[in-house]
Amino acid sequence: MLLILLGTPLFAAVVLAFVGDRRFAPEVNIVGSAATFAAGLGLALEVYAQGPMLAGGKFFFVDAFNIYLSVLTSFVSMTTAVFSRRYMRREREHGRVGHIGMRFYHAMFQLFIFAMLLCLLTNNIGVLWIAMELATLSTVLLVSLYRTPTAIEAAWKYFILCGVGIAQALFGTVLLYFAAEKVLGEGGESLLWTNLSQMSDKLEPTVLSLAFVFLMVGYGTKVGLVPLHNWLPDAHSEGPTPISAVLSGLLLNIALYALVRCKVLVDGSTHSHHAGDIMMGFGIISILVAAFSLLRQKDIKRMFSYSSIEHMGIATFAFGLGGPIATFGALLHMLMHSLAKSSIFFTVGHASQMHWTQEMDKIRGLFKGNPLVGWGLMFGAMAIVGMPPFGIFTSEFLILTATMKDAPLMTPFLLLGLGVAFAAIFRRVQQMVSGEIPEYQKPMKVANVPVMLHMALVLVIGIYLPDFLSRWFHTAVELLK
Amino acid sequence: MSGFIIEILQVMMLIGLAPMFSGWVKMLKCWSQGRSSASILQPYRDLAKLFSKDVILAENASWIFRFTPYLVFSTAVLAGGIIPMLSTDLPLSLTADVIVLVALFAIARFFTALAGMDIGTAFGGMGSSREMMIASLAEPAMLMAIFTVSLACGSTSLSRIVEVIYSPASIVKPSLVFAFIAFVLIALTETGRIPVDNPATHLELTMIHEAMILEYSGRHLALIEWAGMMKLFLFMAIGAALFAPWGIAYAGAPGSIPLAFGYLILKIGASGIVLVLIETGLAKMRLFRLTEFLGAAFLMATLGMLSFFILE
Amino acid sequence: MNLQTVAHINSFLAAFVLLTAFGMLVQKRIYSLIHLFAWQGLFLSISTAIVGYVAGRHHLYISSILTLSLKVILLPYILHVLIVRLKIRKEVETIINIPMTMLIGIALVIFSYHLTAPVRELSTLITRSTLAVALATVMIGLLMMITRRHAVTQIIGFLAMENGLFFAATSATYGMPLVVELGVALDILIAAFIFGIFFFHIHTTFDSLDVEQMARLKEGD
Repeated sequence: MLLILLGTPLFAAVVLAFVGDRRFAPEVNIVGSAATFAAGLGLALEVYAQGPMLAGGKFFFVDAFNIYLSVLTSFVSMTTAVFSRRYMRREREHGRVGHIGMRFYHAMFQLFIFAMLLCLLTNNIGVLWIAMELATLSTVLLVSLYRTPTAIEAAWKYFILCGVGIAQALFGTVLLYFAAEKVLGEGGESLLWTNLSQMSDKLEPTVLSLAFVFLMVGYGTKVGLVPLHNWLPDAHSEGPTPISAVLSGLLLNIALYALVRCKVLVDGSTHSHHAGDIMMGFGIISILVAAFSLLRQKDIKRMFSYSSIEHMGIATFAFGLGGPIATFGALLHMLMHSLAKSSIFFTVGHASQMHWTQEMDKIRGLFKGNPLVGWGLMFGAMAIVGMPPFGIFTSEFLILTATMKDAPLMTPFLLLGLGVAFAAIFRRVQQMVSGEIPEYQKPMKVANVPVMLHMALVLVIGIYLPDFLSRWFHTAVELLK
Repeated sequence: MSGFIIEILQVMMLIGLAPMFSGWVKMLKCWSQGRSSASILQPYRDLAKLFSKDVILAENASWIFRFTPYLVFSTAVLAGGIIPMLSTDLPLSLTADVIVLVALFAIARFFTALAGMDIGTAFGGMGSSREMMIASLAEPAMLMAIFTVSLACGSTSLSRIVEVIYSPASIVKPSLVFAFIAFVLIALTETGRIPVDNPATHLELTMIHEAMILEYSGRHLALIEWAGMMKLFLFMAIGAALFAPWGIAYAGAPGSIPLAFGYLILKIGASGIVLVLIETGLAKMRLFRLTEFLGAAFLMATLGMLSFFILE
Repeated sequence: MNLQTVAHINSFLAAFVLLTAFGMLVQKRIYSLIHLFAWQGLFLSISTAIVGYVAGRHHLYISSILTLSLKVILLPYILHVLIVRLKIRKEVETIINIPMTMLIGIALVIFSYHLTAPVRELSTLITRSTLAVALATVMIGLLMMITRRHAVTQIIGFLAMENGLFFAATSATYGMPLVVELGVALDILIAAFIFGIFFFHIHTTFDSLDVEQMARLKEGD
């Protein structure tokens, strides 16, 4: 099942590299993603029945932490594929993308999914790094797909900054291997996470603390933590919207996943809260800087990219805080943010296609122009700022509670960030959805299934957390302790 | 006692041979450019001619102007007593180490610059200011290179350094290689050779050292010229002693002095060839690019020091 | 070869790697920059092979050959072809304040030395002392990417950083497991194709490879 999960996107990528510009290519893309999702579900069932497992000669492993992210990844990529069918068709009609562009787009989309899944499922922290780099590389050219000066600039920034960042992470990995080699001996075995986590208290603490600093900077760049976030708003706002959706909704999660995996090892070795403190620091700064940057944004996709930075900051902060409640909250937050944010990008994509602009001042009257887009954006915004009854409220509430208990001094900052972000996003969204239809707005067919599906999930989980999910989260919390 | 004799011998050799080395370099340069050269003894004749001429002093020349040539000459002679050219058995070397050597060169340079400004002509001032600018960049680099070598050898005494490097246990180290490259760059600067300064030019826009001594004449000029030749010889000798110390006589082996002398002549002669190769291969640099040139020297010296700490 | 000699040769190679890193930091001519990069790769590859021989880790031979073919032959060749095609062979970049950059570079070396001190104390490998040089190479590559404004130079900085990482792996642990090294090499190869495409995009869109012109995306506009 695991091999099917990884093989499907890779196979689809190869197929789409040849037929990606045909009329039926978007459908192939959807089928490929759906098959991936099905495989993900199958694997999840297996894991649910049997518990954590190793596969492929210890090369892959699945536990409660990565299986839920794998299912999430394959699910969001499936809905994104559905959304991108309409979206990319329209872009192509307008001549923003050509034949080769389409082929490239579809193939790279699948390759990107493959890279993310590999990241999640691999047991080898060296391969984790490689897959992370692959995920960056496969999206770089997607960001510059439109070949406009700004798109190329954004992609270049993305390429360079993430390249720099991820290089630091590799150095951290080398240091980790250095420490592991002393305990586990040379060879590939010493880079296996399952081996490392068992032996983590034997690893040399000073080396691991040093390694963590590099890993934090490296993977932190990919998570988009301030002050390493410069590439993120550009890359997310200049690329095609489906790519923005998966970048914001999925890639950031994956990077955070890598960081948390490393943190577990470091904590096991140092027996201190050193790594957690660093993460909390980065997290809280990200929340505050992103919240205040939100106020100044004029471009709709840029604004929601900053919101992604803010939410990643919250999750990083919560993981850093540690403890069962905060970790539970962080896991839930990753899930909810990913669903809500990708759904927002779907509606934002439609809204900007209707107006042919990403400037928020020019987007008006969405309720009247297209109720689905209008209400979708409205609900999405409500969800993302953390209003009840949506799931993000639950996760943020959990994290806040844990903060008041374990780090009361941080509470005001956290609240301030959340409050400012709330005001900033709401002020803008309200303007966009209400009002009369401007004359340049053009009606269009929208992909309504993905948006509704995502919002429904966010709402349902907000009201009632399914039993199996909470049990998974509890197991994951145990793992990350 | 034999140490003092060697000391005196060495100084005599320096004073006596420096003009010949200068003539050798000029000769090689002529050859390399396809010209027929003057005799290798021509610098002696030039000096003799200058000594026989009267000194003409400007009306407003102060004591500094008159004092400088003697000072510059004597610092060069003194430096000849510190550097182990023939033997490491030098009594002066115990009291004066490599930092004193740098200071000696600095004193000479300082007074030359003062003398350049003393008369108050435009060229002298310009030459002095340029010289001081170069000095401010070259001296840190030079000290850095020297520190590197001292660290690698565990002493600042030149004789001791040479003994350590010459000992059979010593191997080529990265730090010494870097220090050597830095030393070559600095030596080119300190002795005023291409690509930093052109010793043969009197073109007002480019000259540095020549501009400072433009007002000198007669025996004053002769002393300064002679000191310049000695400085060139000394730098070659330092290079030879530190980085190619073969044949230098140890303490207590005065018998090997003649052999050491032969080696020295060979080494200095060869370094003259290298010097000419560098000079003909390069063009003179623009003054403002000197910061980069000396920056490179400083970088090399620092890298040498770092690689001593990191790699050795 | 006894261990002493090997450690000695290796420290020489490390010194040369560091030297080329500094050379790249201040080299203005793009063409010479590529040469320096190739030299760095060569030193790296020789060093890897020697360490592999002494430590008896034969997979290091593969890494060494990989470095040789990728970083000494293939990548410089690709870069060469690119700059010929884009007609920027003679291009000279203006670098601001070379002495300052050098000083920062030196500071970075010292910083790396201190940072790697705990590893040096714990390690028993003959290559342990070169780890500081490796980290310094990474840092200098980073500095190069920050201070330079030309797309090709930034890429070379990126690749130099990768060299440093590779060197770090060799000196700290006698090389990462083979699967990781192969994967990293694959990533670099893909990156090479991507930046190749990028050069053309940037060149056609901005009419130059000067990254300075890409300043449209600024905050608060």
